[in-house]
Amino acid sequence: MFDPEKLIRKGLPKAHFKNLSIRSSLAFITYSVVLIAALLFGKIIMDGAPVLFKAEAPFVDFEFLTAKNETLHVFDDEEGVRHQLSASQATEYLKQHPGKEIYNEQTYSYSGGGIAGPIVGTALLTIGAIVIALFFGVSAAIYLAEYAKESPFIHAVRLAILNLAGVPSIVFGLFGFAVFVLAVPVITTLPSERSLLVLPLLSGYSLSFQGWNSSLIAGCATLACMILPVIITAAEESLRAVPQGFRDASLAMGATRWQTIRKCVLPYSLPGILTSSLLAITRVAGETAPIMFTAAVAAKDQMPWDGAKGPLDVLTSQVQALPYHIYTLAARIPASEYTQRAQYGSVFVFLLLVAFLSVGSMILRSRLRAKLKW
Amino acid sequence: METAIQIKDLCFSYGSKQVLHDVTLDIPTRQVTAFIGPSGCGKSTLLRCINRINDRIPSANINAGSINIHGIDVNRPDIDLQELRRQVGMVFQKYNPFAKSIYENVVYSLRVNGEKNRKVLDETVETALRGAALWDEVKDRLHSSAFGLSGGQQQRLCIARAIANQPEILLMDEPCAALDPLATLKVEELIIELKKQFTIVIVTHNMAQATRCSDRTAFMYLGKLIEYAPTLDLFERPQNPQTEAYVTGSFG
Repeated sequence: MFDPEKLIRKGLPKAHFKNLSIRSSLAFITYSVVLIAALLFGKIIMDGAPVLFKAEAPFVDFEFLTAKNETLHVFDDEEGVRHQLSASQATEYLKQHPGKEIYNEQTYSYSGGGIAGPIVGTALLTIGAIVIALFFGVSAAIYLAEYAKESPFIHAVRLAILNLAGVPSIVFGLFGFAVFVLAVPVITTLPSERSLLVLPLLSGYSLSFQGWNSSLIAGCATLACMILPVIITAAEESLRAVPQGFRDASLAMGATRWQTIRKCVLPYSLPGILTSSLLAITRVAGETAPIMFTAAVAAKDQMPWDGAKGPLDVLTSQVQALPYHIYTLAARIPASEYTQRAQYGSVFVFLLLVAFLSVGSMILRSRLRAKLKW
Repeated sequence: METAIQIKDLCFSYGSKQVLHDVTLDIPTRQVTAFIGPSGCGKSTLLRCINRINDRIPSANINAGSINIHGIDVNRPDIDLQELRRQVGMVFQKYNPFAKSIYENVVYSLRVNGEKNRKVLDETVETALRGAALWDEVKDRLHSSAFGLSGGQQQRLCIARAIANQPEILLMDEPCAALDPLATLKVEELIIELKKQFTIVIVTHNMAQATRCSDRTAFMYLGKLIEYAPTLDLFERPQNPQTEAYVTGSFG
């Protein structure tokens, strides 16, 4: 016989403490992860913000962002005042004070001036890599999602693309070096001696497999290869997520296959593709190993466009890059208090750049999503 | 005639949207009560309030009124929620057996309650499956996967799972909605058999089903209880013009 009194709880709910302790442990673990993130960003902001932001107007140290990277000279003058000047400023100082004695002169490579060169280099590398990767990646995704017939071969193709995502970045660097720097074809009138193969074309030109040398284009190509699997898989998912009904309706109206894809499928998969490229941008901007052998150089006096006669000159020039710059400051020169400013300033600016790119991408994505809601 | 569930002036809302307005009705013991009405009228919500499974939804809350089961308010702070849900079983619209064997499905609630005695578990399985008219069909494959059964059999397995606890009340939310006519017939026969032991509340939008299975019927519309009467009276001599419009098929 049913006893309604049994419905009333006598003490605490069943396994109350067990449920409570499990819930608190899981919350604790989640918040400790947040703590790690907070510590990381907090340290960088605390050490890097003073480098970039000043107390007086215009509140941002634009010189740090726009000056070229130079060696830092540290010396004391006769009154014992310590000066920290970049190489060009030091030369100016000596010119203005001829005959003055300076004491305890020390030089620190890469720590003076600003980081305009690395910023520009990173921006160019990122943009180039994304453009190449989006073109190849979205094309491959459209083929795999819309045109390819399911077969063991296509399964193998997908598997190969997925495996590409697991390759370490240093291996990509070596691959880029071996292929893009040393072996890809170039159309030129003067093939170099170390060329792998020279195929003569008409009017004096020949196709020489000699590589593009360490250059912006080689770096962009290597970085593009690195983010291809991410973009292909995400783009394919976005294309598949578009309901089959859209394609059926379009074909029933008499549209061709490509018209259907271009008008009824691709626009609605754009938000998903942009999300993946947002992740890819943040990855590309931060990689050091792929660009170490293919594009980056530690010290460069000029901007890529200084002295360039055409776009080809910009593309074939080497560039500085922020992550590589940070690596140089941290690992290739001895640590001291004077290098700290450059290090943390670079890291902070780098985080700001990535945050700016992410936010921009997010805004673009939400605008597109609102416009193409389905 | 004893009252199993007493619902009094119940007002329920999801966030700021109120879905039940002052619902009052008494559900008698060991009879089948049906809730009918068009889609979105609040019948499933009302059913789910009885065993408090709406607690899962964060924005759900009861603004006013009470639900009493044999005199005990289900929303009182010192209610034993697990015991409540054992005594008020629920069968869902889309049959949802666990991805385990038939045996494990039926004894699940006993296992979570701590029962380990093999003999007790075996006996419960046989009683429950016989009660759900499924024993003869599955008795020699109790340890095979539940997904090997047909749709109607899976729904009957869910019923067996619900009655394994010998609950006081059985709530059924459109149990035949996902079944073909033959399976529906079997489940309806089962309901008529089960009402000898349990109080059954069934939500259905199939009026013929309500006519066949239930003893009393409540017609709801836009969150209000319009009419509540013995089934034959409601369908043959409806008092309210809205009820008449619905049961003759003029709308909904």
